[in-house]
Amino acid sequence: MCLAVPAKILEINGQEAKVDILGIVKNISLLMIEDVQKGDFVLVHVGFALQKLSEKEAQKTIEIFKESV
Amino acid sequence: MDKPNFFNDFKNASYAQNILSKIRKFQNEITIMEFCGGHTHTIFKYGIREILLQNVKMRSGPGCPVCVTSNEDLAKAFVLAKTPNVILTTYGDMLSVPNEFGTLEKLKAEGFDIRTVYSTLDALKIAENNPNKKIVFFAVGFETTAPATAASILKAKEKNLKNYFVSSVLKFTIPVTIALLKSGEVKIDAVLGPGHVSTVIGSEIWNFFPQNYKIPCVISGFEPLDILQSVFLILKQIAENRCEVENEYKRAVLPQGNKIALKILNDVFEPASAFWRGFGEIPESGMKIKKEFSEFDADLVFNTKIKINEKNTACRCGEVLRGLIEPHECKIFGNPCTPENPFGPCMVSSEGSCSAFYKFNKNTILT
Ligand code: SF4
Repeated sequence: MCLAVPAKILEINGQEAKVDILGIVKNISLLMIEDVQKGDFVLVHVGFALQKLSEKEAQKTIEIFKESV
Repeated sequence: MDKPNFFNDFKNASYAQNILSKIRKFQNEITIMEFCGGHTHTIFKYGIREILLQNVKMRSGPGCPVCVTSNEDLAKAFVLAKTPNVILTTYGDMLSVPNEFGTLEKLKAEGFDIRTVYSTLDALKIAENNPNKKIVFFAVGFETTAPATAASILKAKEKNLKNYFVSSVLKFTIPVTIALLKSGEVKIDAVLGPGHVSTVIGSEIWNFFPQNYKIPCVISGFEPLDILQSVFLILKQIAENRCEVENEYKRAVLPQGNKIALKILNDVFEPASAFWRGFGEIPESGMKIKKEFSEFDADLVFNTKIKINEKNTACRCGEVLRGLIEPHECKIFGNPCTPENPFGPCMVSSEGSCSAFYKFNKNTILT
């Protein structure tokens, strides 16, 4: 139930957005986040964007995955 | 720098091998508890338990909201569904959870109007489209899910909707983690912190693990690589004699969480005592609708009181949730209890340990 999935914002209409979740287009609410734009990734849970996903942090994490000891 | 791919980069098998080789350099044997059903699901789906078995034992805790819902609370949903003129709405997982009255699915087949919704906003739409009916949303979940329920109540107030109600069995996660640690029933060396709960409540709030219980905690994302990396970070902390909260899931979790979501949650709900399956009553662990929104509180508007007979069933979900037994230690695991024929909630929800254990236990795709 706490499952939240990354989604890409396709279109913003006020407090609502159309997002792409692995090819599935859904309408979600942006009530709980600020400063998002078309093209940003957000974490979606039960129809609400819970957080904007940070590309910078994601990239850093991936770099850490590649590090050797 | 390439743009990250939020889907594939976190499942990359060669990175997994790299992290695993780092994990295998540690010799100490430890037990890590995951407090989130989403982690349980990933751990079983990708065979992470088996991969780690050499030195790390993973234990599941009370991290599945559907599973920890007590029989009394579940019974309320049955009473509400049978109330004349009511349309009961809830998230999909709840429909197959069995109790002494059967399942909500069976009630629905008998003709009662029970609808699953993806979002509370869908429940609001049903209310707007059916002005002569009373729409009750049966709200199950933790801090991740609660803001969405709170938002629906705020929206209903804004729209002056008089036929939308919420029955809240929502729960705060921190009190149950403390109850589990205090019980001393399971020995835990470290904790895999719940990523999506922390998206809302933040990473700093978990400082009580190292400070009060001397237990390291790493907040983890949900992809298989996130979990492996978090296990590595835990082993590293222990080897270096450190004990702190680290955040592996920085792309989604901020130290203070999501302030807007928290405000919405706290505007509508206040802590109250709640019953948990396996644990009983835990003070301040439930989310009760505040007085100023009592007109939306289904538990006040309708009579949801019901006496239930706590029959002694063979189901051992309570012990599974407390981390005392593994699903297969339950005598009826797999026969007759299966996801198609569940005897307890842990076999129903995809985040339940029994269901994850049953579906994925033979997968070890990362080795
Ligand atoms: S296997 Fe089935 S009956 Fe046994 S604890 Fe799990 S859900 Fe309950």
